[in-house]
Amino acid sequence: MDLVLNILLGVVVAATPLVFASIGELVAEKSGVLNLGVEGMMIIGAVAAFAATVGSGSYIVGILVGALAGATMAFLFGALTLTLMSNQVACGLALTLFGLGLSALIGQAYSGISLPQFPRVDIPLLTDIPFIGPLVFGQDALVYLSFALVAGVGWFLTRTRAGLILRAVGENHEAAHGIGYPVVAIRYLAVMFGGACAGLGGAYLSLVQTPLWVEKMSAGRGWIALALVVFASWRPLRALGGAYLFGGITILQLHSQALGLKIDAQILSMLPYLATIVVLVVISRDRMKMKLNAPSCLGKVFYATS
Amino acid sequence: MFRLVPRKEPNRAMLYATPFLAVALTIVAGFLLFGALGKDPLHALFLIFLKPLTDFNSLAEMLVKATPLVLIATGLAIGFRAGVWNIGAEGQFTIGAITGGSVALAAYPDGGPLLLPLMAVAGALGGMAWAAIPAFLRTRFNASEILVSLMLVYVATLLLSFLVHGALRDPEGFNFPESRLFQEDAHVPALIPDTRAHIGFLVALFAVAAAYVYLERLILGFQVKVLGQAPRAARFAGYSEKRIVWTCFMISGALAGVAGLFEAAGPVGQLVPSLPVGYGFTAIIVAFLGRLHPVGILFAGLLMALTYIGGETAQIEMSLPSATTSVFQGMLLFFLLATDVLVNFRVARTAKPLATPSGAAPKLKPAE
Repeated sequence: MDLVLNILLGVVVAATPLVFASIGELVAEKSGVLNLGVEGMMIIGAVAAFAATVGSGSYIVGILVGALAGATMAFLFGALTLTLMSNQVACGLALTLFGLGLSALIGQAYSGISLPQFPRVDIPLLTDIPFIGPLVFGQDALVYLSFALVAGVGWFLTRTRAGLILRAVGENHEAAHGIGYPVVAIRYLAVMFGGACAGLGGAYLSLVQTPLWVEKMSAGRGWIALALVVFASWRPLRALGGAYLFGGITILQLHSQALGLKIDAQILSMLPYLATIVVLVVISRDRMKMKLNAPSCLGKVFYATS
Repeated sequence: MFRLVPRKEPNRAMLYATPFLAVALTIVAGFLLFGALGKDPLHALFLIFLKPLTDFNSLAEMLVKATPLVLIATGLAIGFRAGVWNIGAEGQFTIGAITGGSVALAAYPDGGPLLLPLMAVAGALGGMAWAAIPAFLRTRFNASEILVSLMLVYVATLLLSFLVHGALRDPEGFNFPESRLFQEDAHVPALIPDTRAHIGFLVALFAVAAAYVYLERLILGFQVKVLGQAPRAARFAGYSEKRIVWTCFMISGALAGVAGLFEAAGPVGQLVPSLPVGYGFTAIIVAFLGRLHPVGILFAGLLMALTYIGGETAQIEMSLPSATTSVFQGMLLFFLLATDVLVNFRVARTAKPLATPSGAAPKLKPAE
């Protein structure tokens, strides 16, 4: 029972950064912008959150700074792709390369420092319930925030007027512009929301998951989050499910020895990446369905002709 | 206020000017960055951009670094032109090193004049095989080649680590995760005696020339360009997208694989887990900086190699963080993409209604 509980708790910790990053990217993509720089925003969020927490001694400050750093990176991406109308694929790559370098530069002063264990929620009586208690009522605050974000984004996109406008911009920017919506401004907001979420995901890595700063610690999670958005067919709840599926795969590799599997560590570490490929293939196979699900203007440059 | 007005055709002068503009902006930003780090900016920039050019050994090292960059970027550029995004060259590089290096290790301790060519072929085939995965999944299952090729980078790195911990480990190496040092005949011959510059650079030059001919003179190269610039036109003309995707991946995979083999059999001399150092990613910057043109890539590769060498010198002499070089390279790509707007747009002053009675009438906002 303890092993099962440990595995499940581990899954939550592994999945949460992916939930943050993928839900943010989902909103950006719904507005028609393909930001491939999630990995870069995440790693900058991780280093900024860590540095700010060490500097201020406050987790809240650290988390906020992490989100802000991610949003700043996203703003940079917006300036290039939305204002200067540069290629979104190339700019996303640039954001990732730049983010990895800059984070290493900032992080150098912080390597070797570790933070205390991130506090978990403790509600008297409820958290003490065996098994269910720690799992449902004993997580850290960011886990609950990630769930709230998924619910909030789901509600925003389908139930509010602003969400409808955001989707309209992503489906047909010419028409949205024609009606009079500020396409570029809306996209800036969506992209920066995505950046803030990626920053939160990064903050989770460096504050909760490890909790220390390691160069390149995002280890491709930003890219996995991008794949999750496709996997989720741009639906928030499915992104959540996908993130937990991947969290499960990651944890499987950690606990495999306890489960009696005799596979080399390196081979097991390949699992999340291979699973991403398999998932992409399964979901992309149906061309028609992909076309229907994906925002029509995804990745297209918008220039206001009038 | 200013606004951007689309040009009727891309401005050729800007096409050539923007890489220089981007380099200039990067130097300015670097100046500020070093100032912020509390280092003497002028001295740092001197060490990075000028010092290596004054020293024979550094010039030779530049060729060592430029070789993989130019090889990989040349292949990538062909794909980027067609809108085929192979961003997993780092993985193909690693696999090329594994397959090519395995040939040497299998033949050990035998050599012979045929060994190195065989290794090169094996490296190219390895890179092609690894690139075939995203090509197949894209053409057959419509899966994003960007994400698949990138995921395979992590898999390739882990595979290399797995192999040098096991099957390819040096039997006399005290359990260190490294392969044997390659035998004499498996080393890439030096281009300049007593330096690490090797004949791989000549292969890179040959690849540049071949890519130039391919893109400028052959029909398939033309199709590649059309698919990138006007996918619909390409479809109407009956060009096979599948064939172009495959071609792009095979060329870039082969070149990345060969680059990996040259790295293993050249400056490194064995297989080690730390073999992939990011050339596959830096090559993306090189490809863009070179305007996706083979000749441009040659110069961009040399410039990027210069920042590697100069960056190392600056790190040692001024105790700068080792990540400075990658920040520089990232900034360069940013500035390049930002200034790219000038190729297709011109900057115009927003006309004020009263100030320009005879000029273009101010555009009306659509009614809300």
